[in-house]
Amino acid sequence: MTSAFVEIKNAAKSFGKLQVLKDINLTVDRGQIVAIIGPSGSGKSTLLRAINELDPLTSGEVWLEGVQINRKLPHRQYEKHVNQVRQDIGMVFQHFNLFPHLTVRGNITLAPRMLKGLSEAEANKLAEEQLTKVGLLEKIDEYPSRLSGGQKQRVAIARALAMKPKVMLFDEATSALDPELVEEVNMVMKQLAEEHMTMIIVTHEMDFAASVCDRVLFMDQGVVVEEGPPSVIFKTPKEERTRNFLRKHLARNGG
Amino acid sequence: MGLDFSVVPSYFGVLLQGMGWTIAITIGAGLLSFFGGIIFAVAALYGHWVIRLPMRGFAWLFMGTPLLLQLFLIYFGLIQIGIDLPAFVAGVIGLGLHFAVYNSELIQASILAVDKGQYEGARTLGLSRGQTLRRIIIPQAVRAVIPPMGNNMIALLKDSALVSVIGVMELTLAAQQAISRTYRPFEFYLAAAFCYYIINLALEAGLRRLERRIAASR
Repeated sequence: MTSAFVEIKNAAKSFGKLQVLKDINLTVDRGQIVAIIGPSGSGKSTLLRAINELDPLTSGEVWLEGVQINRKLPHRQYEKHVNQVRQDIGMVFQHFNLFPHLTVRGNITLAPRMLKGLSEAEANKLAEEQLTKVGLLEKIDEYPSRLSGGQKQRVAIARALAMKPKVMLFDEATSALDPELVEEVNMVMKQLAEEHMTMIIVTHEMDFAASVCDRVLFMDQGVVVEEGPPSVIFKTPKEERTRNFLRKHLARNGG
Repeated sequence: MGLDFSVVPSYFGVLLQGMGWTIAITIGAGLLSFFGGIIFAVAALYGHWVIRLPMRGFAWLFMGTPLLLQLFLIYFGLIQIGIDLPAFVAGVIGLGLHFAVYNSELIQASILAVDKGQYEGARTLGLSRGQTLRRIIIPQAVRAVIPPMGNNMIALLKDSALVSVIGVMELTLAAQQAISRTYRPFEFYLAAAFCYYIINLALEAGLRRLERRIAASR
Protein backbone atom coordinates (compact mmCIF):
# COMPACT_ATOMS: atom_id res chain seq x y z
CA MET A 1 0.00 0.00 0.00
CA THR A 2 1.07 3.52 -0.75
CA SER A 3 0.28 6.49 1.45
CA ALA A 4 -2.57 7.41 -0.90
CA PHE A 5 -5.85 8.03 0.84
CA VAL A 6 -8.02 8.05 -2.24
CA GLU A 7 -6.64 6.21 -5.22
CA ILE A 8 -8.11 5.81 -8.67
CA LYS A 9 -6.32 3.37 -10.94
CA ASN A 10 -6.80 3.03 -14.68
CA ALA A 11 -10.35 4.31 -14.49
CA ALA A 12 -12.37 3.95 -17.66
CA LYS A 13 -16.02 4.37 -18.30
CA SER A 14 -18.24 4.09 -21.33
CA PHE A 15 -21.89 4.82 -21.90
CA GLY A 16 -22.50 2.46 -24.81
CA LYS A 17 -19.99 3.44 -27.48
CA LEU A 18 -19.23 6.78 -25.90
CA GLN A 19 -16.09 6.62 -23.82
CA VAL A 20 -16.33 9.30 -21.14
CA LEU A 21 -13.33 8.33 -19.02
CA LYS A 22 -10.11 6.96 -20.50
CA ASP A 23 -7.46 5.44 -18.27
CA ILE A 24 -7.46 7.97 -15.46
CA ASN A 25 -5.15 7.73 -12.49
CA LEU A 26 -5.45 9.91 -9.45
CA THR A 27 -4.11 9.74 -5.94
CA VAL A 28 -5.17 12.03 -3.16
CA ASP A 29 -3.39 12.04 0.18
CA ARG A 30 -5.09 12.49 3.50
CA GLY A 31 -5.99 16.12 4.04
CA GLN A 32 -5.29 17.06 0.45
CA ILE A 33 -7.65 19.18 -1.55
CA VAL A 34 -7.87 18.49 -5.25
CA ALA A 35 -9.85 20.51 -7.77
CA ILE A 36 -10.99 19.03 -11.05
CA ILE A 37 -11.62 21.58 -13.77
CA GLY A 38 -12.48 21.26 -17.43
CA PRO A 39 -15.12 22.00 -20.02
CA SER A 40 -18.57 20.45 -19.66
CA GLY A 41 -18.63 16.94 -21.03
CA SER A 42 -15.00 16.41 -20.07
CA GLY A 43 -15.94 13.63 -17.65
CA LYS A 44 -15.06 15.44 -14.43
CA SER A 45 -18.43 14.89 -12.77
CA THR A 46 -18.50 11.30 -13.97
CA LEU A 47 -15.10 10.73 -12.37
CA LEU A 48 -16.31 12.22 -9.10
CA ARG A 49 -19.47 10.13 -9.19
CA ALA A 50 -17.41 7.01 -9.83
CA ILE A 51 -15.66 7.49 -6.49
CA ASN A 52 -18.80 6.65 -4.51
CA GLU A 53 -20.26 4.28 -7.11
CA LEU A 54 -23.06 6.57 -8.24
CA ASP A 55 -21.70 6.04 -11.77
CA PRO A 56 -19.67 2.83 -11.48
CA LEU A 57 -16.59 2.52 -13.65
CA THR A 58 -16.52 0.18 -16.61
CA SER A 59 -12.98 -0.83 -15.61
CA GLY A 60 -10.36 0.30 -13.16
CA GLU A 61 -10.26 0.55 -9.39
CA VAL A 62 -11.25 3.05 -6.73
CA TRP A 63 -9.71 2.77 -3.29
CA LEU A 64 -10.33 4.66 -0.07
CA GLU A 65 -7.92 4.13 2.83
CA GLY A 66 -6.97 0.66 1.68
CA VAL A 67 -10.53 -0.46 0.94
CA GLN A 68 -11.58 -1.02 -2.63
CA ILE A 69 -14.83 0.86 -3.23
CA ASN A 70 -15.82 -0.73 -6.55
CA ARG A 71 -15.35 -4.37 -5.62
CA LYS A 72 -16.96 -6.87 -7.92
CA LEU A 73 -19.31 -8.77 -5.64
CA PRO A 74 -22.54 -10.72 -5.99
CA HIS A 75 -25.49 -8.34 -6.04
CA ARG A 76 -26.51 -8.58 -2.42
CA GLN A 77 -23.02 -8.37 -0.98
CA TYR A 78 -22.25 -5.52 -3.37
CA GLU A 79 -25.25 -3.53 -2.09
CA LYS A 80 -24.19 -4.07 1.50
CA HIS A 81 -20.59 -3.15 0.74
CA VAL A 82 -21.55 0.00 -1.15
CA ASN A 83 -23.97 1.15 1.55
CA GLN A 84 -21.16 0.74 4.05
CA VAL A 85 -18.40 2.54 2.16
CA ARG A 86 -20.67 5.40 1.10
CA GLN A 87 -21.03 6.34 4.75
CA ASP A 88 -17.36 7.37 4.63
CA ILE A 89 -17.74 9.48 1.49
CA GLY A 90 -19.67 12.72 1.80
CA MET A 91 -21.08 14.18 -1.36
CA VAL A 92 -22.48 17.60 -2.14
CA PHE A 93 -24.46 18.11 -5.33
CA GLN A 94 -25.06 21.05 -7.62
CA HIS A 95 -28.79 20.98 -6.84
CA PHE A 96 -28.40 20.29 -3.10
CA ASN A 97 -30.74 17.28 -3.08
CA LEU A 98 -32.08 18.13 0.35
CA PHE A 99 -35.14 16.12 1.34
CA PRO A 100 -38.04 18.59 1.05
CA HIS A 101 -40.38 16.57 3.29
CA LEU A 102 -38.00 16.76 6.24
CA THR A 103 -36.90 19.76 8.28
CA VAL A 104 -33.26 20.79 8.33
CA ARG A 105 -32.93 18.75 11.51
CA GLY A 106 -34.57 15.76 9.86
CA ASN A 107 -32.30 16.03 6.84
CA ILE A 108 -29.21 15.92 9.02
CA THR A 109 -30.29 13.34 11.59
CA LEU A 110 -31.90 10.81 9.24
CA ALA A 111 -28.79 8.92 8.13
CA PRO A 112 -26.90 9.00 11.45
CA ARG A 113 -29.99 7.70 13.22
CA MET A 114 -30.79 5.01 10.67
CA LEU A 115 -27.29 3.85 9.86
CA LYS A 116 -25.22 4.59 12.94
CA GLY A 117 -27.87 3.91 15.52
CA LEU A 118 -27.63 7.31 17.19
CA SER A 119 -30.33 8.12 19.73
CA GLU A 120 -32.59 11.06 19.09
CA ALA A 121 -30.71 13.17 21.62
CA GLU A 122 -27.30 12.26 20.18
CA ALA A 123 -28.49 12.95 16.64
CA ASN A 124 -29.97 16.30 17.66
CA LYS A 125 -26.72 17.30 19.31
CA LEU A 126 -24.86 16.29 16.15
CA ALA A 127 -27.25 18.31 13.99
CA GLU A 128 -26.76 21.35 16.21
CA GLU A 129 -22.97 20.99 16.03
CA GLN A 130 -22.92 20.70 12.27
CA LEU A 131 -25.37 23.55 11.77
CA THR A 132 -23.35 25.78 14.06
CA LYS A 133 -20.37 25.00 11.90
CA VAL A 134 -22.14 26.17 8.74
CA GLY A 135 -23.75 29.06 10.60
CA LEU A 136 -27.37 27.97 10.29
CA LEU A 137 -28.35 26.79 13.75
CA GLU A 138 -31.36 29.12 13.77
CA LYS A 139 -32.79 27.29 10.73
CA ILE A 140 -32.85 23.89 12.41
CA ASP A 141 -36.63 23.55 12.36
CA GLU A 142 -37.27 25.08 8.94
CA TYR A 143 -38.16 23.10 5.85
CA PRO A 144 -35.72 23.38 2.93
CA SER A 145 -38.33 25.26 0.87
CA ARG A 146 -37.88 28.21 3.26
CA LEU A 147 -34.13 28.48 2.67
CA SER A 148 -32.12 30.37 0.08
CA GLY A 149 -29.90 28.43 -2.33
CA GLY A 150 -26.79 29.21 -0.35
CA GLN A 151 -28.43 28.14 2.89
CA LYS A 152 -29.65 24.92 1.27
CA GLN A 153 -26.16 24.08 0.14
CA ARG A 154 -24.73 24.78 3.59
CA VAL A 155 -27.34 22.45 5.09
CA ALA A 156 -26.41 19.84 2.47
CA ILE A 157 -22.77 20.15 3.57
CA ALA A 158 -23.80 19.83 7.23
CA ARG A 159 -25.83 16.74 6.34
CA ALA A 160 -22.83 15.14 4.65
CA LEU A 161 -20.50 16.08 7.54
CA ALA A 162 -22.86 14.56 10.09
CA MET A 163 -21.83 11.13 8.79
CA LYS A 164 -18.22 11.96 9.74
CA PRO A 165 -16.93 11.16 6.26
CA LYS A 166 -13.28 10.48 5.48
CA VAL A 167 -13.49 12.42 2.25
CA MET A 168 -15.86 15.00 0.81
CA LEU A 169 -16.81 15.21 -2.84
CA PHE A 170 -18.19 18.46 -4.22
CA ASP A 171 -19.91 18.29 -7.60
CA GLU A 172 -20.18 21.90 -8.79
CA ALA A 173 -21.51 22.88 -5.39
CA THR A 174 -21.89 26.55 -6.28
CA SER A 175 -22.88 26.34 -9.96
CA ALA A 176 -26.60 26.58 -9.33
CA LEU A 177 -26.32 29.51 -6.94
CA ASP A 178 -26.95 33.18 -7.56
CA PRO A 179 -23.59 34.98 -7.65
CA GLU A 180 -24.14 36.74 -4.33
CA LEU A 181 -24.74 33.41 -2.58
CA VAL A 182 -21.59 31.69 -3.79
CA GLU A 183 -19.33 33.24 -1.19
CA GLU A 184 -21.12 31.86 1.86
CA VAL A 185 -20.73 28.32 0.52
CA ASN A 186 -17.10 28.92 -0.43
CA MET A 187 -16.48 30.13 3.14
CA VAL A 188 -17.76 26.86 4.55
CA MET A 189 -15.58 24.90 2.15
CA LYS A 190 -12.54 27.00 3.08
CA GLN A 191 -13.23 26.30 6.71
CA LEU A 192 -13.28 22.57 5.97
CA ALA A 193 -9.97 22.98 4.16
CA GLU A 194 -8.49 24.58 7.27
CA GLU A 195 -9.66 21.56 9.26
CA HIS A 196 -7.74 19.37 6.80
CA MET A 197 -10.74 17.56 5.42
CA THR A 198 -9.77 15.56 2.36
CA MET A 199 -11.74 17.05 -0.52
CA ILE A 200 -12.19 16.48 -4.20
CA ILE A 201 -13.89 19.42 -5.83
CA VAL A 202 -15.34 19.64 -9.31
CA THR A 203 -15.70 23.34 -9.94
CA HIS A 204 -15.91 26.19 -12.42
CA GLU A 205 -14.62 28.65 -9.85
CA MET A 206 -10.99 29.12 -10.79
CA ASP A 207 -10.32 31.73 -8.11
CA PHE A 208 -11.66 29.44 -5.45
CA ALA A 209 -9.69 26.49 -6.78
CA ALA A 210 -6.55 28.60 -6.87
CA SER A 211 -6.92 29.83 -3.31
CA VAL A 212 -7.98 26.59 -1.59
CA CYS A 213 -6.64 23.60 -3.49
CA ASP A 214 -3.31 21.83 -3.23
CA ARG A 215 -3.59 20.39 -6.68
CA VAL A 216 -5.59 21.03 -9.82
CA LEU A 217 -6.51 18.50 -12.51
CA PHE A 218 -7.51 19.73 -15.92
CA MET A 219 -9.67 17.20 -17.74
CA ASP A 220 -10.82 17.21 -21.34
CA GLN A 221 -12.53 14.53 -23.38
CA GLY A 222 -12.22 11.89 -20.71
CA VAL A 223 -8.51 12.24 -19.95
CA VAL A 224 -6.44 14.19 -17.44
CA VAL A 225 -4.65 16.62 -19.74
CA GLU A 226 -2.55 18.24 -17.07
CA GLU A 227 -2.22 18.32 -13.33
CA GLY A 228 -0.18 20.23 -10.84
CA PRO A 229 -0.26 22.90 -8.14
CA PRO A 230 -2.69 25.74 -8.87
CA SER A 231 0.17 28.22 -9.32
CA VAL A 232 1.41 26.19 -12.27
CA ILE A 233 -1.91 25.19 -13.82
CA PHE A 234 -3.40 28.66 -13.69
CA LYS A 235 -0.28 30.72 -14.43
CA THR A 236 2.02 28.63 -16.58
CA PRO A 237 0.10 25.68 -17.99
CA LYS A 238 2.16 23.50 -20.32
CA GLU A 239 -0.62 22.15 -22.49
CA GLU A 240 -2.27 24.09 -25.27
CA ARG A 241 -5.70 22.68 -24.34
CA THR A 242 -5.37 23.93 -20.77
CA ARG A 243 -4.38 27.39 -21.98
CA ASN A 244 -7.33 27.49 -24.39
CA PHE A 245 -9.78 26.45 -21.73
CA LEU A 246 -8.52 28.98 -19.21
CA ARG A 247 -8.51 31.77 -21.78
CA LYS A 248 -12.10 31.06 -22.82
CA HIS A 249 -13.12 30.74 -19.21
CA LEU A 250 -11.56 34.03 -18.24
CA ALA A 251 -13.11 35.80 -21.22
CA ARG A 252 -16.53 34.49 -20.30
CA ASN A 253 -16.25 35.37 -16.64
CA GLY A 254 -14.61 38.74 -17.15
CA GLY A 255 -11.37 37.70 -15.44
CA MET B 1 -99.04 16.73 -4.28
CA GLY B 2 -96.37 18.93 -2.64
CA LEU B 3 -93.35 18.05 -0.64
CA ASP B 4 -93.86 17.35 3.01
CA PHE B 5 -90.67 17.16 5.05
CA SER B 6 -92.55 16.82 8.33
CA VAL B 7 -92.17 13.02 8.08
CA VAL B 8 -88.39 13.24 7.95
CA PRO B 9 -87.65 14.09 11.61
CA SER B 10 -89.28 10.92 12.89
CA TYR B 11 -86.80 8.92 10.82
CA PHE B 12 -83.90 11.08 11.91
CA GLY B 13 -82.39 8.24 13.92
CA VAL B 14 -82.52 5.86 10.95
CA LEU B 15 -80.83 8.39 8.68
CA LEU B 16 -78.23 9.24 11.30
CA GLN B 17 -77.40 5.58 11.72
CA GLY B 18 -77.14 5.25 7.94
CA MET B 19 -74.82 8.22 7.92
CA GLY B 20 -72.70 6.55 10.59
CA TRP B 21 -72.32 3.42 8.47
CA THR B 22 -71.51 5.46 5.38
CA ILE B 23 -68.79 7.27 7.30
CA ALA B 24 -67.46 3.99 8.70
CA ILE B 25 -67.31 2.41 5.24
CA THR B 26 -65.65 5.49 3.77
CA ILE B 27 -63.00 5.60 6.49
CA GLY B 28 -62.35 1.86 6.36
CA ALA B 29 -62.23 1.64 2.58
CA GLY B 30 -60.35 4.95 2.39
CA LEU B 31 -57.57 3.67 4.66
CA LEU B 32 -57.44 0.37 2.78
CA SER B 33 -57.26 2.19 -0.56
CA PHE B 34 -54.49 4.47 0.74
CA PHE B 35 -52.17 1.83 2.19
CA GLY B 36 -53.18 -0.73 -0.43
CA GLY B 37 -52.43 1.85 -3.10
CA ILE B 38 -48.90 2.36 -1.75
CA ILE B 39 -48.25 -1.38 -1.51
CA PHE B 40 -49.63 -2.04 -5.01
CA ALA B 41 -47.58 0.83 -6.45
CA VAL B 42 -44.33 -0.41 -4.93
CA ALA B 43 -45.08 -3.99 -5.99
CA ALA B 44 -45.90 -2.87 -9.53
CA LEU B 45 -42.72 -0.79 -9.86
CA TYR B 46 -40.17 -2.81 -7.94
CA GLY B 47 -41.70 -6.26 -7.42
CA HIS B 48 -40.40 -9.50 -8.89
CA TRP B 49 -42.40 -10.57 -11.96
CA VAL B 50 -43.94 -13.35 -9.86
CA ILE B 51 -45.67 -10.56 -7.94
CA ARG B 52 -45.99 -8.07 -10.78
CA LEU B 53 -47.81 -10.29 -13.24
CA PRO B 54 -50.73 -11.33 -11.03
CA MET B 55 -50.85 -7.73 -9.82
CA ARG B 56 -51.49 -6.58 -13.36
CA GLY B 57 -54.33 -9.09 -13.72
CA PHE B 58 -55.69 -7.91 -10.42
CA ALA B 59 -55.50 -4.26 -11.50
CA TRP B 60 -57.27 -5.10 -14.74
CA LEU B 61 -60.05 -6.87 -12.83
CA PHE B 62 -60.61 -3.89 -10.56
CA MET B 63 -60.28 -1.16 -13.19
CA GLY B 64 -61.98 -2.95 -16.05
CA THR B 65 -65.11 -4.30 -14.41
CA PRO B 66 -68.02 -2.62 -12.61
CA LEU B 67 -67.60 -2.00 -8.90
CA LEU B 68 -71.08 -3.47 -8.42
CA LEU B 69 -69.94 -6.75 -9.93
CA GLN B 70 -66.85 -6.72 -7.72
CA LEU B 71 -69.00 -6.31 -4.62
CA PHE B 72 -71.18 -9.24 -5.73
CA LEU B 73 -68.09 -11.33 -6.36
CA ILE B 74 -66.64 -10.64 -2.92
CA TYR B 75 -69.88 -10.97 -0.98
CA PHE B 76 -71.78 -13.70 -2.84
CA GLY B 77 -68.97 -15.31 -4.86
CA LEU B 78 -66.49 -15.95 -2.09
CA ILE B 79 -69.09 -17.82 0.03
CA GLN B 80 -68.93 -20.58 -2.56
CA ILE B 81 -65.28 -21.23 -1.74
CA GLY B 82 -65.97 -21.05 1.97
CA ILE B 83 -65.15 -17.39 2.64
CA ASP B 84 -68.24 -15.95 4.28
CA LEU B 85 -67.61 -12.28 4.96
CA PRO B 86 -70.01 -10.01 6.84
CA ALA B 87 -71.59 -7.52 4.40
CA PHE B 88 -69.82 -4.56 5.98
CA VAL B 89 -66.41 -6.22 5.70
CA ALA B 90 -67.09 -7.32 2.13
CA GLY B 91 -68.14 -3.78 1.26
CA VAL B 92 -65.01 -2.23 2.80
CA ILE B 93 -62.75 -4.74 1.04
CA GLY B 94 -64.49 -4.29 -2.32
CA LEU B 95 -64.53 -0.50 -2.24
CA GLY B 96 -61.07 -0.33 -0.67
CA LEU B 97 -59.38 -2.58 -3.23
CA HIS B 98 -61.20 -0.93 -6.11
CA PHE B 99 -59.90 2.49 -5.15
CA ALA B 100 -56.51 1.10 -4.08
CA VAL B 101 -55.95 0.19 -7.73
CA TYR B 102 -56.76 3.75 -8.81
CA ASN B 103 -54.59 5.23 -6.04
CA SER B 104 -51.80 2.87 -7.05
CA GLU B 105 -51.79 4.33 -10.57
CA LEU B 106 -51.47 7.82 -9.12
CA ILE B 107 -48.73 6.84 -6.68
CA GLN B 108 -46.74 4.97 -9.34
CA ALA B 109 -46.67 8.04 -11.55
CA SER B 110 -45.77 10.16 -8.54
CA ILE B 111 -42.93 7.86 -7.45
CA LEU B 112 -41.45 8.00 -10.94
CA ALA B 113 -41.74 11.79 -10.89
CA VAL B 114 -39.65 12.21 -7.72
CA ASP B 115 -36.40 13.91 -8.71
CA LYS B 116 -33.52 11.52 -9.33
CA GLY B 117 -31.37 13.72 -7.10
CA GLN B 118 -33.46 12.64 -4.11
CA TYR B 119 -32.49 9.05 -4.73
CA GLU B 120 -28.85 9.98 -5.20
CA GLY B 121 -28.83 12.18 -2.12
CA ALA B 122 -30.11 9.34 0.03
CA ARG B 123 -27.95 6.59 -1.48
CA THR B 124 -24.87 8.78 -1.12
CA LEU B 125 -25.43 8.96 2.62
CA GLY B 126 -25.39 5.16 2.71
CA LEU B 127 -29.11 4.40 2.75
CA SER B 128 -30.09 1.15 1.03
CA ARG B 129 -32.60 0.99 -1.81
CA GLY B 130 -35.37 -0.07 0.56
CA GLN B 131 -34.54 2.60 3.14
CA THR B 132 -34.45 5.24 0.41
CA LEU B 133 -37.81 4.13 -0.90
CA ARG B 134 -39.45 4.05 2.52
CA ARG B 135 -38.00 7.20 4.03
CA ILE B 136 -37.36 9.48 1.06
CA ILE B 137 -39.23 8.53 -2.10
CA ILE B 138 -42.61 7.27 -0.90
CA PRO B 139 -43.22 10.08 1.61
CA GLN B 140 -42.62 12.62 -1.15
CA ALA B 141 -44.64 10.70 -3.73
CA VAL B 142 -47.58 10.45 -1.33
CA ARG B 143 -47.46 14.17 -0.50
CA ALA B 144 -47.51 15.08 -4.18
CA VAL B 145 -50.48 12.83 -4.80
CA ILE B 146 -52.72 13.98 -1.97
CA PRO B 147 -54.82 16.41 -4.05
CA PRO B 148 -55.75 13.90 -6.79
CA MET B 149 -56.07 11.13 -4.22
CA GLY B 150 -58.51 13.39 -2.36
CA ASN B 151 -60.69 13.33 -5.45
CA ASN B 152 -60.62 9.53 -5.32
CA MET B 153 -61.70 9.67 -1.68
CA ILE B 154 -64.68 11.84 -2.58
CA ALA B 155 -65.58 9.40 -5.37
CA LEU B 156 -65.22 6.59 -2.84
CA LEU B 157 -67.65 8.28 -0.47
CA LYS B 158 -70.24 8.60 -3.24
CA ASP B 159 -69.71 5.04 -4.49
CA SER B 160 -70.19 3.73 -0.96
CA ALA B 161 -73.93 3.89 -1.78
CA LEU B 162 -73.36 0.79 -3.94
CA VAL B 163 -72.67 -1.22 -0.82
CA SER B 164 -76.41 -1.03 -0.12
CA VAL B 165 -76.92 -3.80 -2.70
CA ILE B 166 -75.22 -6.33 -0.46
CA GLY B 167 -77.37 -5.22 2.44
CA VAL B 168 -75.21 -2.81 4.44
CA MET B 169 -77.59 -0.39 6.11
CA GLU B 170 -75.71 2.71 4.95
CA LEU B 171 -77.27 6.06 4.14
CA THR B 172 -78.91 5.19 0.82
CA LEU B 173 -80.40 1.97 2.11
CA ALA B 174 -81.54 3.71 5.28
CA ALA B 175 -83.37 6.27 3.16
CA GLN B 176 -84.95 3.49 1.14
CA GLN B 177 -86.14 1.83 4.32
CA ALA B 178 -87.75 5.05 5.48
CA ILE B 179 -89.38 5.41 2.06
CA SER B 180 -90.79 1.89 2.11
CA ARG B 181 -92.63 2.81 5.31
CA THR B 182 -93.73 6.33 4.43
CA TYR B 183 -94.00 6.31 0.62
CA ARG B 184 -92.22 9.68 0.51
CA PRO B 185 -89.29 8.98 -1.89
CA PHE B 186 -88.61 12.58 -2.86
CA GLU B 187 -88.29 13.84 0.70
CA PHE B 188 -86.05 11.03 1.93
CA TYR B 189 -83.79 10.91 -1.09
CA LEU B 190 -83.34 14.65 -0.77
CA ALA B 191 -82.65 14.26 2.94
CA ALA B 192 -80.07 11.55 2.15
CA ALA B 193 -78.52 13.78 -0.52
CA PHE B 194 -78.22 16.53 2.07
CA CYS B 195 -76.47 14.10 4.45
CA TYR B 196 -73.97 13.09 1.73
CA TYR B 197 -73.35 16.74 1.11
CA ILE B 198 -72.54 17.31 4.78
CA ILE B 199 -70.09 14.38 4.88
CA ASN B 200 -68.55 15.63 1.66
CA LEU B 201 -68.05 19.10 3.08
CA ALA B 202 -66.30 17.64 6.12
CA LEU B 203 -64.13 15.42 3.92
CA GLU B 204 -63.14 18.31 1.67
CA ALA B 205 -62.35 20.53 4.63
CA GLY B 206 -60.16 17.77 6.05
CA LEU B 207 -58.35 17.34 2.74
CA ARG B 208 -57.77 21.06 2.40
CA ARG B 209 -56.30 21.19 5.89
CA LEU B 210 -54.03 18.28 5.07
CA GLU B 211 -52.88 19.97 1.88
CA ARG B 212 -52.10 23.17 3.76
CA ARG B 213 -50.17 21.30 6.41
CA ILE B 214 -47.94 19.54 3.91
CA ALA B 215 -47.47 22.60 1.71
CA ALA B 216 -44.22 23.64 3.40
CA SER B 217 -42.78 20.14 3.23
CA ARG B 218 -42.96 19.74 -0.50
